[in-house]
Order: sequence, then C-alpha cells, then structure tokens
Amino acid sequence: MQKENAADAQSAPTTRLRHRKRQTDVNPGTGKPNGSHLLVNDRNKYKSFLIRAYSTVWMIGGFSVIVYMGHLYITAMVVVIQIFMARELFNLLRKTHEDRQLPGFRILNWHFFFTAMLFVYGRILSQRLANTVTPDKVLYRLVSGLIKYHMAICYSLYISGFVWFILTLKKKMYKYQFGQYAWTHMILIVVFTQSSFTVANIFEGIFWFLLPASLIVIDDIFAYIFGFFFGRTPLIKLSPKKTWEGFIGASVTTMISAFLLANIMGRFQWLTCPREDLSTGWLHCDPGPLFKPETYALPGWILKWVVPLQFPWEEISVLPVQWHSLCLGLFASIIAPFGGFFASGFKRAFKIKDFGDSIPGHGGITDRMDCQMVMAVFAYIYHQSFVVSQSLSVEKILEQVITSLTLEEQQALFMKLGQMLQERL
Amino acid sequence: MEEESGSSSSSTPIVRLRHRKRSNEVIPEEDKAGESRLLVNDRTKYKSFLVRTYSTLWMIGGFVVIVYMGHLYITAMVVVIQIYMAKELFNLLRRAHEDKCLPWFRLLNWHFFFTAMLFVYGRILSQRLANTVTADKFLYRLVSGLIKYHMAICYFLYIIGFMWFILSLKKKMYKYQFGQYAWTHMILIIVFTQSAFTVANIFEGIFWFLLPASLIIINDIFAYIFGFFFGRTPLIKLSPKKTWEGFIGASVTTIISAFLLADILGRFPWLTCPRQDLSTGWLHCDPGPLFKPEPFTLPAWIPEWFPWKEIMVLPVQWHALCLGLFASIIAPFGGFFASGFKRAFKIKDFGDSIPGHGGITDRMDCQSTPRISKL
Repeated sequence: MQKENAADAQSAPTTRLRHRKRQTDVNPGTGKPNGSHLLVNDRNKYKSFLIRAYSTVWMIGGFSVIVYMGHLYITAMVVVIQIFMARELFNLLRKTHEDRQLPGFRILNWHFFFTAMLFVYGRILSQRLANTVTPDKVLYRLVSGLIKYHMAICYSLYISGFVWFILTLKKKMYKYQFGQYAWTHMILIVVFTQSSFTVANIFEGIFWFLLPASLIVIDDIFAYIFGFFFGRTPLIKLSPKKTWEGFIGASVTTMISAFLLANIMGRFQWLTCPREDLSTGWLHCDPGPLFKPETYALPGWILKWVVPLQFPWEEISVLPVQWHSLCLGLFASIIAPFGGFFASGFKRAFKIKDFGDSIPGHGGITDRMDCQMVMAVFAYIYHQSFVVSQSLSVEKILEQVITSLTLEEQQALFMKLGQMLQERL
Repeated sequence: MEEESGSSSSSTPIVRLRHRKRSNEVIPEEDKAGESRLLVNDRTKYKSFLVRTYSTLWMIGGFVVIVYMGHLYITAMVVVIQIYMAKELFNLLRRAHEDKCLPWFRLLNWHFFFTAMLFVYGRILSQRLANTVTADKFLYRLVSGLIKYHMAICYFLYIIGFMWFILSLKKKMYKYQFGQYAWTHMILIIVFTQSAFTVANIFEGIFWFLLPASLIIINDIFAYIFGFFFGRTPLIKLSPKKTWEGFIGASVTTIISAFLLADILGRFPWLTCPRQDLSTGWLHCDPGPLFKPEPFTLPAWIPEWFPWKEIMVLPVQWHALCLGLFASIIAPFGGFFASGFKRAFKIKDFGDSIPGHGGITDRMDCQSTPRISKL
C-alpha cells in the first residue's frame, strides 16, 4: 500500500524500467525500532507527499474523464489495467536463467490470458453484444452462433494450451514449469474474477462501479492523511506504517462519504441507468425505486440539537440506495484493507519492494488495485444478492418476459405460474 | 498413471500409511536404458498384473453397485472421492517442520474446502433441492432464502477464511504460508471443477456420467493390455512405460466401444432420464430424440456378405464417437500432466490407498478432462 513506498519517493517522478531490479530487491528493514517507521516521524514525508499527491491528482483526473465518456470506455480502461497487472505479475516470479532455455514459454501465459478474457467477457457481454447487432441479419447469426458454442470454444482453447504445456515439458525444468503454470492460473483467476465483476457492475449502472471505487480511494487517502497527522499506534505487523488512528479516522470518513456520495451520484441518469447493449450514446431510463428520494422527518433528538444552529431542514430526503452504500462503506473501511495486507505480506514473503513502478510514488498498478479487487468482488455479490431483488417489479419482469422469451416459453411460464399459485391457495 | 506404479506392487495389498514416506521419495532413475523399462521386457510384470487386476475388479464392482443405487448415491461417491483426493493433495506439499510452528493452519484448508463445496453443490443442486422440499412450507421458505443469499453466504465464508489467513501470517513463515495458500486454491479449483461437472452430468442422466467414465477405464485397460503384449516404441519422455502400440490400440478399441456402449446404455431409462429432484425412486420419462433408434443404411463400401443392410442406431451413438475420440486422444494428457507433476516434485505416487494403482488422484487424473468436456 502507499505507506510502504515512502522510501522510494526519492526516485524521480519518471522512473524507468531499468531501475526496477534495484528497487524491487530492497528488503524492508524489519530490525529498526517501530517508531521510526511511523509516517509522523519521517522527515522526508513532505517531499513524498507532494509526489504522491501529484500522481493521485493525475489518476483521479484521467479516471473522471473516462467515466464521463461512458460504459464502453470504462470497460476498455479496465481491460488495459488488467493487461498491465497481468504483465507485472507474470514477470514477478520469472527466473531469467530458466527462461532462456524455454523459448515460447511466455507465449503460453498470454494464450491462457486470451482464453480467460474470451471466456469471462463473452459470458458477461454476450447478451449485450446480441442486442447491439440485432438489426444486421448476418452479424446476428454469427454472434448467436458464437454465443451458443462459446463455452466449447473456450474449452478447446484451454485444452490446446494444456496440451501445448505438456508437450513443452523439458527434463530438469519440470519443477520450474509446473510452478509457472500454477502461478499463471492463480494470476489469471485473481485478475479476471475482479475485472469480470467490475465490468458486470459497470453495465448494471456506472454507479455500482464508481461508488465502490471512490470509497476505496477515499479510504486510502484519508488513512494516509490521518496517519500523516495523528498516527501513533501501529496497526499490524505486516504493514508497519499503518496506524490505528489512520484506520479509524478513515473508516468514519468513508462511511460518512458513502452516505453523501450515494446521494450525489444517484441523481445522474448517466450513472444509474443500466446499459443493455454496447452503444455509447446518452441513456434515459426509469432508474427504479432505489433512486427515488424518500423523505424522512428528522428524529426529535437531532432536531433539538440542530434547530438552534439554524439548520434549515426539518426533514431530509434520502435515496434508499444510500442505506446500501452505508454497507458498502462499512466493507470498504473494515475488510478491504485486508487486500492491502495480503499484498504487503506477499511482497514480504517474496522479498520484493513493489509489484512494478509504473506510477511514481505509488509503485505498480497492482499496488493501487489490491484493495479495489476485494471491493469489486464484494460490490458485485452485494448487488446481486441484495440490490437486484429489490429493483425487480412486475413491470420489469413482464418486459423481460416479452422481449426475451419465445411464445412457447411464455406459455410454459404461464402454465407453471398458474400451477404454483393454485398450490399456494 | 498405472505403468509408473509397477515397481510399488511388491508391497502387500493392504498398504499402511506408514509406508507412504518411503515409497514417495523414490526418484525414478532416468539413466537406465529405455529398453529395460518397457513393460514387455519387465520380468516381474505378471505379478504386478495380478495385483492390478484384483484392485481393478473391486473398483469396477463397487462402482457398478453404486450406479445401480442411483443419482444421490453416485453423488455421495463423488463427494467421498473428492475428499480423499483433496486430502492426498493437501498433504503432498506439507513440510512437517513448518507445520509445527503453525497450529490450526491445516484447518484453514478444510474451511476453504467446505466453502467451495457449499458454493459448487449449492449452485448445481439448488433447483433440485427446492423441488424436493416444495411439500413442506417451512422448509421451502428456508431453502428459498438460502438459495437467494447463497452467493453472499459463500463469499462471506471465503472472506472469513481470507482474513483468518492474513491474521495468521507469522514472520519468517510468509513464503511457506503463501505457497500453501496458493496450493490450496489450485487443488480446490481442480478437484471441484471436475466434480461439479460430474455431478451436473449425473443429474442430467447417469448415461452422461457413466459413458465418459467407462471410456476412460476402457482406454486405460486396453492401453495396458496392448502395451503388455505389443509395446515397443516409447510414446513420450514423461511416461517412459507408455508406448505408441498401446496408445493406438487403445484409441481404436475405445472408439469402437464408445459406439457399442452408447447403444447398450441408451436403452435404460434409469440411465437416460434426468433427475429433477433429490429423490431416490425409479425414474420414468420420455428420454428425448437422442435415444430413439433410427434406421441407418450402411454405406455401399461394406462387403456383400455382411448380413445387415440397415442397422438401428441411436443418434446419441454419434455423440459417443466424439467422446471416444476425446477420451483416447486428449484424456491421456491428464495422465501425462500427473506424471510430469510427480517427476517435478520427485514423488512416486499421490498416495497409496489403492494397491497397485497408487492413490485416488492417480486413478482420477484422466477422468478430469473428459468430465469438463462433456458439458
């Protein structure tokens, strides 16, 4: 996470890949007394603060531009981030000596990467792709065929990679090759699970991507700020620069901002409407009951407290989604940091300083994404379990029945529904 | 695969776990001349043949009994096999020294195992479980609630395991613990992917489980037999006892038996009907167009003396040919993978539960690939 990288802030903002071997082999010194690790006592902290702030502003700026441009561009950004993460992680446990004897072995990694991408994005975007090409007969038949045999295609690609792997096994390199094979699988699973859930969230409505991501960013930033000014008590041995003050301050801030941010974001149709196809135009839809404001009269004890301060509102209007975002905020502040601890422990176990150095002051892409990954998976599962069921209504289901089912299937549905209701009565 | 374990057949049929350390650490000597390794020339081969045959008969016998008993019992058998496979594989890369410093670390593996089982079987069997409890109002509501929040429950359990892992990280043990964590995930993925597809196949109709499994067994047995009598040319450096004669002979036999077996198996509703709930009674259903015989005119190049001009073919037999092709050509790669793996980590067998064959994983390695392909 960010505090680990304060020491390499000395390097110039434009770090070249040549430096990577030197930086990544530095062992974090665990022998020093705990006090000198805390950010409060670090004299170089102001310089590192500026570099980090500079990179942060650029990242947030670029991110906002892409969100403005839409679902397809955000997905493209996610794919690009994925490729860079996979590359960082593939390169992490390579050993150049063995690699020289195994030409073409690296390509196998990218073959599995491509297969995983086809599988994951094919499943998520197949329906939307079909919706995009409905006007054109040829494309529609091609796409429907691909979707029908999608799983078989991906499986054949995987099996060909598997067979290729076995045929390239070389005497005395077995252990290295099997290790690399397992490592490749683990990387692809970690990278693709979270990116597939991220993309699924995006197409349900940019809100469900933007809110969790923002909460993680806020949690990160405020943990750094609270640690910068107030940090005294170390939090966990794995990350010696994290403090309880930073953790608690960030948790409270994150939950409050979750509540407020959901209100702000929930007012934009661009963010709340799901995208049913792969177009890039403006969206208009009925956002559903979650985003319609409901008025709550402020309870008596708050009124007594704020009326003397000339607080103008006696009731507040709350979008129901704000209660959901409180849960998201709770998760982001309590559980998501464990993603960062995992990454710290991993780096310590394999004696590397950072996963890469693409981002000055922050390390590599994986360093930034470690908490986002845990959050993206939670956001998707939360959305599927607790939000989707609430936003269903008779009209929405009818609409789906009319558009997606054939006449025979509709009749079968009608019969089954009739039977079920008769049994209940 | 089987040929590798030939030398461990000298142990008694009742193998104790105490022997495992000794037999696992024998490193196959690769310096011997290729010739002396082929099964044709192995003088002790008749004794090992008997031991293997004995175990094979027991395994096939037990298998047949369970298939007769039904879908739920086959699923239970799959679950039991899974548990043993996972136990073998979990124990494979343990190091006793590190484990002494990490109490409860083994429990974490089983926590993830339980979570994976809940997730995988919950997804596959949820609809059928709901169909079983429709009669009882209270159970139905309970089961529907569990199904609705199934993914959230499993995710919650996984996150607990994840946090437990991070909180149990001990200085100087990081690398071992991360390695074990990754190893656990790989094992669970391999074991559960193939068992999930197996169970899904079973409930679509026992036929779709029995046919692929039988084809692999037939392929194995005939590769061994052809290698026993005719094997001369080594097939792949990874498994020095496999030969091209065995491979080709087994492929032809497997494809032919696929065609014939599909015909035999396709005539029983017990095997071809899907099971929509978790009951255990007899099944009656309309098996569908795949299992209705259609007349097939033999092509003109068949000689005049052949008695039948038309044969009744179930359409499913053509599908069975594809399965047979896959079983004979690709599935052995599962065995090669296991051989390479054992060679890489210098172990003789995954375990020794089955005399003459090694552990459960040694038997199931080829079964993994066709399972998944079936779906």
